[in-house]
Amino acid sequence: MRRVIGILLANPLSLLGVVLVALVVLGAVFADFLAPFPEHRGAVVDFLNFNRPPEWPYIFGTDLVGRDLFSRILYAYRISLMLGVVVLAIAVPIGVTIGLLAGYLGGVWEYLLMRLTDVFLSIPPLVLAMSIMGLLEPTLINGMLAVTAMWWPWYTRLVYTITRGEKEEGYVLAAEVIGASRSHVMFREILPNCVPAVITKMTLDLGFVILIASSLSFLGLGVQPPTPDLGSMVAEGADYLPDSWWLTVFPGLAILVAVFGFNLVGDALRDILGAER
Amino acid sequence: MQAVLRVLLKRLGTSVIVLIGVSMLIFAIARVIPGDPARIALGPNATAEQVEQLRTALHLDQPIAVQYLEFLRDLGQGDLGMSLYTNRPVAQDIAQFLPATLELIFVAGALMILIGLPLGMIAARYRGRWPDDLVRVIAMLGVSAPSFVWAVVLMLVFAFFLPIFPVAGRLAEGFDVPTVTGFLTVDSLLAGDPAAFVSTLHHIALPAFALALSGIGQAARLTRANMVETYDRPYVEMARSYGWPEHRIATRYAFKPSLIPSLTIIGLDFAAMLGNAFLVEAVFAWPGLSRYGVEVILRKDLNAIVGTVLVISAAFLIVNIIVDLLTAVINPRIRYSERAK
Repeated sequence: MRRVIGILLANPLSLLGVVLVALVVLGAVFADFLAPFPEHRGAVVDFLNFNRPPEWPYIFGTDLVGRDLFSRILYAYRISLMLGVVVLAIAVPIGVTIGLLAGYLGGVWEYLLMRLTDVFLSIPPLVLAMSIMGLLEPTLINGMLAVTAMWWPWYTRLVYTITRGEKEEGYVLAAEVIGASRSHVMFREILPNCVPAVITKMTLDLGFVILIASSLSFLGLGVQPPTPDLGSMVAEGADYLPDSWWLTVFPGLAILVAVFGFNLVGDALRDILGAER
Repeated sequence: MQAVLRVLLKRLGTSVIVLIGVSMLIFAIARVIPGDPARIALGPNATAEQVEQLRTALHLDQPIAVQYLEFLRDLGQGDLGMSLYTNRPVAQDIAQFLPATLELIFVAGALMILIGLPLGMIAARYRGRWPDDLVRVIAMLGVSAPSFVWAVVLMLVFAFFLPIFPVAGRLAEGFDVPTVTGFLTVDSLLAGDPAAFVSTLHHIALPAFALALSGIGQAARLTRANMVETYDRPYVEMARSYGWPEHRIATRYAFKPSLIPSLTIIGLDFAAMLGNAFLVEAVFAWPGLSRYGVEVILRKDLNAIVGTVLVISAAFLIVNIIVDLLTAVINPRIRYSERAK
């Protein structure tokens, strides 16, 4: 673990990733202290200061009802990260378990489970999430549900592929020969070998969940106002290009910074953990 | 060729099963929702009797299994039902809006291949040196922002600050291109109107590039990773010992085998584009399936939602079959192993 952190900090690109992720996470966690106008996360109007270009004290400018964009971005990060963590906390166990079952049990199970996975993978992710989100009411909870529904099959694919490979390895055969139960072989023998790949994917995905959630709300099918959200901020501002450029540019950059950070860290982790195997 | 045919049949079989699964899934989601679609369609002023009539007309009063079978039977006849939003057959709506979206996606796909693969080749060829790092950062930035952010950024820079490209639309005013395929680039050529063709390319450039950016990033990274692997193979070493020029080794020996896994990812990226096109179309006011899709979703227009999702999924499956076929044609291992059986 310490060695992994050491390598992460030694490479300039992955160091940049760690710094970006740290900024985003700290900004989200301590938003109450860092935001110059914490009350602007809600339905506040300040028509004296609406649509201001970036100037002190509004370093990113203000939106169409006079709310500080910087404060809103910090709170939007908080909600995006929470959504990402919840989605992965549900999707990963489901996806991993199905992948293990399909890969290890084989036969009918493999056929049924993988076809089920194919069904989910055959609907473009955003379209699936949009349909679920649109048919249910667009709330934060349903947003999590929609994104989770599109996320688990990728973990099934990943774990399925690894399990198929590991199934023939000597240690699995040895465990089977001494009479270990199927669940023991799956969860105690094979699963640990999937962990590095799964963790790497989770790091990358934390960024991509933020990206997808913002895409949904950009289309008006995500988190609803007045809750601050990076995607709906861009959508609101897009009508006022190019004059009020800050309305779209800063929330857009905020998405880029967060996803780029998680990508850099995930990519570095893949190199490190991949080399260890 | 026989082996390729066998791959085709096998894939077609699985695709039909998957497509039936997709239809069941989306049908189930569409029917368990709260809220009465008939009531939403007729508005608050309709009488209970009128709502009941529409429910009967839409088979909403029957059990879900019966509804699904009715739906399948209509689907077999190419009938996706009526849209409650446009009051026209869903199939007709989709036929009208789909070509613009497909055109955008095809151009974006071409950009992804034409830019992404060479970038990956350069990175692998100059592995560990500055071009490698540069490509890595470009690729990573490409995948790190949703395509609507790239669309906004490209529009701001290349349509407003440097007014090179138009802000919206598919064709400049003053051109009249008769619709044949619905693809304006193709139609303008068929009409023998080169000026209109240039205008269509001029309009599609920015949205297609915005849509392609994340695909370019993924294609570049994957091509680099695969080529780096093939560079370590003995036959590359052998080619080098023959003294063949480095660019020939890169294209012939390292690139060709790495093309096969890249093709698979390109198929997946195509799926992502089918979704992301919604985002780009919204920014550039591209008259494709996007506005229709979002509108029908917001209005809970069940037939239209089910139809749109089904058509998009079918398009995705078709692309993946094509990818599989290309792989089978390119990859001698599939070509020959199947024949041996």
